Amino acid sequence: MRGSHDLGGLEDLGPISPEQESSEPVFHADWEKRVFSLTLAVGFLGRWNLDQSRHARERQAPEDYLCHSYYENWWVGLKTLLLEKGLISKQELKTSKPDSGLADSGLSALQADDVGQILLRGGSVEMETEKYPKFSPGDRVRVREEVTPGHTRVPGYVRGKIGEIDRHHGAHVFADRNALGFREAEHLYSIRFPSRDIWGKNHQVGAAFTVRVDLWEPHLESV
Amino acid sequence: MSDDHHSHDHTEPPSDLALKVKALESLLVEKGLVSEEALDALIETYEHKVGPRNGAQVVAKAWAQPEFKEWLLKDANAAIASLGFTGRQGEHMRVVENTARVHNLVVCTLCSCYPWPVLGLPPVWYKSAPYRARAVSDPRGVLAEFDTELDDDVEIQVWDSTAEMRYLVLPRQPEEAKGWPEDKLAEIVTRNSMIGVEEVCVGNDDNDEAISS
Repeated sequence: MRGSHDLGGLEDLGPISPEQESSEPVFHADWEKRVFSLTLAVGFLGRWNLDQSRHARERQAPEDYLCHSYYENWWVGLKTLLLEKGLISKQELKTSKPDSGLADSGLSALQADDVGQILLRGGSVEMETEKYPKFSPGDRVRVREEVTPGHTRVPGYVRGKIGEIDRHHGAHVFADRNALGFREAEHLYSIRFPSRDIWGKNHQVGAAFTVRVDLWEPHLESV
Repeated sequence: MSDDHHSHDHTEPPSDLALKVKALESLLVEKGLVSEEALDALIETYEHKVGPRNGAQVVAKAWAQPEFKEWLLKDANAAIASLGFTGRQGEHMRVVENTARVHNLVVCTLCSCYPWPVLGLPPVWYKSAPYRARAVSDPRGVLAEFDTELDDDVEIQVWDSTAEMRYLVLPRQPEEAKGWPEDKLAEIVTRNSMIGVEEVCVGNDDNDEAISS
């Protein structure tokens, strides 16, 4: 199982065609600004976390995810979560009018005066844990083949591959479980893979490179 | 909006989408879930206040002050926070240094993870499927699309942002720019060089435009 958002190594997607840095606007249409700011503002209500937000964009039909522009995918994710978490009803989405007789959500909207401070503060995902890290820099590890159902941050291109622990980042919120609403700590590592160990020894001979991926301990096994 | 239930996102014309976004915004405002002013403040922040000029200041300071560079490479969070660039999508920073032997390239193959406090919001190409697909399988081919050519013996290190660690590339300081004051150094540092798709050059067109604007 590999989601349509999991793009590492996919071929034949055409040129990147970057815009000139000096003339590229931050947003390309007014609706993009609104989708971006709505997603952040509604996110601050605290009814879902970042991994649930990512998952809501990822679990569209693959043809939709890949054909949509970036902010169209955000738009789909926003509507999905608003409906699933009951912040709006289907009827409301259709008519754009609040249902009469609905109980007050009890949530208070993000206020303009608080925006600066909230963004500057951010949200650390570092956590304390009693668990001792299983791996240390220099250890060789294999990325587990089993795939977490639902959301995972293991890219398909490293599954089953062997790499070397480059750094232990400490314990971070485990994304796969966070997407299910459980904030749990797992040790996070930077793992280094030589390109030949991912793509084969004949891949780009003479121009070898390395790829580093950050993965949590449950994704890894000793070699 | 009367034909709302007939349309699907992937087929609707952009103007229809724009109307739907506006309608949802009005609904959420009416329900007390968002405030218009807060939305405007969020947009204003990332359109005009938080962007790659922040990262350029970090790089310029590292070039000008060896002790700051050492701190930046050892504890990026603290060093960057000392310049005031903290917060959302930059909570866990790591800075990776380009040298004569190593060139770093940052990508997020799974979505669009990017260090917002120092670079702002990512450009369209960084979020595009071709970049996300090929940065990890053909980095030299990707660099060639940005007219960046490295010597064969330079090792490319690709950083896929699969967790909440965020990466910033410390580009190489051009020889001609050695000894320049920090503010002048910051002017030549491009956003693309801090993602790793370009090197910093003195006097390229992009820089000139950025300086004059």
